[in-house]
Amino acid sequence: MSELTLTVLRLGFLVLLWTFVLTLAGVMRSDMFGPRVTRSRAPKPRQASTPKPPKGAAAKSSRRGSARVLTVVEGSLAGTSVTLGTAPITIGRSADCTVVIDDDYASNHHARISPHESGWIIEDLGSTNGTYVQRTRVAGAMSVPLSTPIRIGKTVMELRK
Amino acid sequence: MSALDVTTAAVSKKSPKQRRGTELWLLVFAYAIGVAAFAQVDIVLLDQLSADFTTFALVFGLGLVAAHVSLRWLAPHADPILLPTVSLLNGLGLAMIHRLDLAEDLNPTDPDYVAQLGWFVLAIGIFFAVLLFVRDHRVLQRYTYTAMLIGLLLLVLPLLPFIGAEINGARIWVRLTLGPRTFSFQPAEVAKIVLIVFFAGYLVVKRDVLALARSRVFGIDLPRGRDLGPILVAWVASLGVLVFQQDLGTSLLFFGLFVTMLYIATERRSWIFIGGVLFAAGAFAAYQLFDHVQLRVGIWLDPFTDESGNGFQLAQSLYGFASGGVLGVGLGQGHPDFVPFAKTDFIMSAFGEELGLTGIMALLALYGIVIERGMRTAVACRDSFGKLLAAGLSVAIGIQVFVVVGGVMKLIPLTGLTTPFLSYGGSSLVANWALVALLLRVSDAARRPPEVTRREAVT
Repeated sequence: MSELTLTVLRLGFLVLLWTFVLTLAGVMRSDMFGPRVTRSRAPKPRQASTPKPPKGAAAKSSRRGSARVLTVVEGSLAGTSVTLGTAPITIGRSADCTVVIDDDYASNHHARISPHESGWIIEDLGSTNGTYVQRTRVAGAMSVPLSTPIRIGKTVMELRK
Repeated sequence: MSALDVTTAAVSKKSPKQRRGTELWLLVFAYAIGVAAFAQVDIVLLDQLSADFTTFALVFGLGLVAAHVSLRWLAPHADPILLPTVSLLNGLGLAMIHRLDLAEDLNPTDPDYVAQLGWFVLAIGIFFAVLLFVRDHRVLQRYTYTAMLIGLLLLVLPLLPFIGAEINGARIWVRLTLGPRTFSFQPAEVAKIVLIVFFAGYLVVKRDVLALARSRVFGIDLPRGRDLGPILVAWVASLGVLVFQQDLGTSLLFFGLFVTMLYIATERRSWIFIGGVLFAAGAFAAYQLFDHVQLRVGIWLDPFTDESGNGFQLAQSLYGFASGGVLGVGLGQGHPDFVPFAKTDFIMSAFGEELGLTGIMALLALYGIVIERGMRTAVACRDSFGKLLAAGLSVAIGIQVFVVVGGVMKLIPLTGLTTPFLSYGGSSLVANWALVALLLRVSDAARRPPEVTRREAVT
């Protein structure tokens, strides 16, 4: 086998290997910024079913009404976010909740956040220590504005766009 | 309600978050590189493609397809990058083992590569079984203390008479004779995964207590005295492994794993500090007391004074890296077989010689990617147990790669762990595929949109 072929094989393989590594890096990048693409598509199906809020005439304000993620701001799960769909989200210590918080002050099934005509509402599921939106304790169903702290035990979460 | 659930499931099927298609073409790419490596070895050394090449191309390809299909079926939202990355590592390992077989004999009678390909098939089977039986990683939390018992049992197994065996100075093997064949097995590789499950389950419950601080010394919050119990137990256990099984690598891996998970669970830097002090004390005592530790350290400090004796292996490994240089001598064109145990502990030096610094950096980048995906899974996971589990599993790969590659490159004393996915060795390959299956299971839960979680919880 000629020296040239061997060199081509040798260097070609290294190029192949690094092409793979760089491809992976590209996929990782798209994966990291992927949710952005999802966000711009996600509201479309909901807008069809959601009537526009009374005040907002422009499309911008109707989009403002719909949160797309629930982000944990404080507590052991801080930094975690859950993409909101059309189904309600349950929060609590039990493993079958959507967001499982292991917080000594949280109940097994603590609260539920569900979509409503004009946005998201929160219900307390009979927890021991209560659910707070800003400073008010949730009794019955209560609507949750964007970027408002929801406090459960030591965990604080927010609805965000 | 059920009608609504069906529609939401249909929407999420289209969601770009699944990315199984991306995984498929990355997998094809990884497969192509593995096959290219194998073909290059054959062409350079034999001037033709051997019969082994056909079996490799078939079995390796079918194995990857099986792994991909099981993910599509059992974990559709799992990370798309993990599987192709470990597949490529596995393929390169198989090609290098084949290459070392040929270095021993151009017409090998009982090639190790065939055995390793068999282990690969079994590993894919285990990968599938883990995904099938562990449908939700949170179930594992129920078995926290069972996992502890099984893990400790597995660690002790090689010390038992009859089934335990000592190979190459380390008593870390279990040998079973079934009919005409003898099977050797390293239970520590499995113990690694089981103990991570235990650490995660235990720390998730106890972390609030372990994060309590009593006094502050030099800017470090020290924990209360009685909370030192668990770390001391882990320390004593890993010292036990070191003393009775003479296995430096496993001992280091377990202690490092526990300390790292403790740090991740409590976010207290003091645990790293305490772990470091305990490790230093243990290492010093071991050095004073045991000949085999002194020998290893002596070789590490200066492999060249006794170059033809004890330092031979490490010296040959360093010569290998040196002759590889930046670009390597090319697959099949070097002499990686000069290093004893090139197929197992020293496979990195074989890669270093034939692929050079450029190739080694690509391999380390692949490991880095596996760890990054694992850590990202931990960050995205919605329950604390899953977070700790995913972090522990990826840290295990990280520590293991660091310890073994560092040893081969003379950065730290040589310990004798396998290089995950690359080295020859059934227990290690099977255990690491099971580890990746668990990681993918957690990542499936972490990346799954909430409505699908709900639908499955209802049914």
